Amino acid sequence: MATEVHAAEGATGYIIHHLTPLTVGEGFWALNLDTLFFSAVLGGLFVWFFKMAADKATAGVPGLVQNFAEMLIEFVDNQVKDSFHGKNELIAPLALTIFCWVFLWNFMDLFPVDILPLVGSLMGIEYLRVVPSTDLNATFAMSISVFCLIIFYSIKIKGPWGFAKELMFQPFGPWLLPFNLLLKLVEEIAKPISLALRLFGNLYAGELIFILIALLPWYIQPVLSFPWAIFHILIITLQAFIFMVLTIVYLGMAHEDH
Amino acid sequence: MSINATLIGQMITFALLVWFTMKYIWPPLFDSLEERKKKIADGLAAAEKGQEQMHLAEKKATGVLKQAREQSSEIVNLAQKRATEIVEASKDTAKKEGDRLILVAKAQIEQEKQQAKEGLRKEVAALALRAAEQILSAEIDKTKHQDILSKISNQLG
Repeated sequence: MATEVHAAEGATGYIIHHLTPLTVGEGFWALNLDTLFFSAVLGGLFVWFFKMAADKATAGVPGLVQNFAEMLIEFVDNQVKDSFHGKNELIAPLALTIFCWVFLWNFMDLFPVDILPLVGSLMGIEYLRVVPSTDLNATFAMSISVFCLIIFYSIKIKGPWGFAKELMFQPFGPWLLPFNLLLKLVEEIAKPISLALRLFGNLYAGELIFILIALLPWYIQPVLSFPWAIFHILIITLQAFIFMVLTIVYLGMAHEDH
Repeated sequence: MSINATLIGQMITFALLVWFTMKYIWPPLFDSLEERKKKIADGLAAAEKGQEQMHLAEKKATGVLKQAREQSSEIVNLAQKRATEIVEASKDTAKKEGDRLILVAKAQIEQEKQQAKEGLRKEVAALALRAAEQILSAEIDKTKHQDILSKISNQLG
């Protein structure tokens, strides 16, 4: 349907339209309303579901909701126990939030590419990009938050001097201090960038392929979009899982005193 | 595609979500998990203990049963022995009683025989006396031969 609307602009126009966010404001202070809206709604969904489970939590026979929530909790807790050996009350809930939130973001990918923008256009919204993880702002917001936590815990556990020493004297000893420092800084900064770009790249590319499939004649579309969607179920879970596990690992490294 | 203030908004949302999860979601769910784990462990331990106790009780019961069986067979043996004894004893007494009865009967028979002999003798004496009387009545005066008569009667009696 949208294909007809944007027929004048051609395929490129269709793609660009689908990947343009709904923005207010100019320059840096512009806000991607769709990203903010959808991620907040999805975050609310996550919190609502788990709060419901937490309110009714019993040690007896769990209900369906509690069972599901506990399954996730146990899964996350196992991951944390596997790769994080310090004592920290924040890590596990943080990991749970990341996993569920990123998963829900990615899940928006599985909605047919034209449905929500169509609803939006009926409500007079011209641009609508429904998958928050195809917005660099969203992925970077999360990875930078994680990065801040890494720095915070590195300094808290090792002390400012200990952290500085680690940056300067490792891995090659004090005689190669500038080299060490450069290596370490790159290593640290690579963490949030790789976290954010990995998630963004996977989902952006996935969404792009969905859009490309949507450009094909209708009788070919199911043949391609069905296997791609099935494959994407794996991708979205995997990406959420990777983001969570790497966060745990990075924070675990920040907790390790050499 | 450009980075803009959305980043800050997202970071705030993220922080809020993490805080909420940490405060209100993780602890109750995790606690209930731990509590259930403990409950299950306790239950399993109790079950194991129960089983052990059952085994012990079974052993004890077998012992008691065995003892009871032994006791009962002993009792049966004793009873049998006693019964034989009683039977023997009663046989003995019965024989004795029979012997005694036979003796008594023999004595009675002897007595009756004696009595009958006595009666017969008296009758014979009386008959003889009457016959003698009739024979003699003609010739003998009763008063004259009183002492002879009584002498005969005494001899006969």
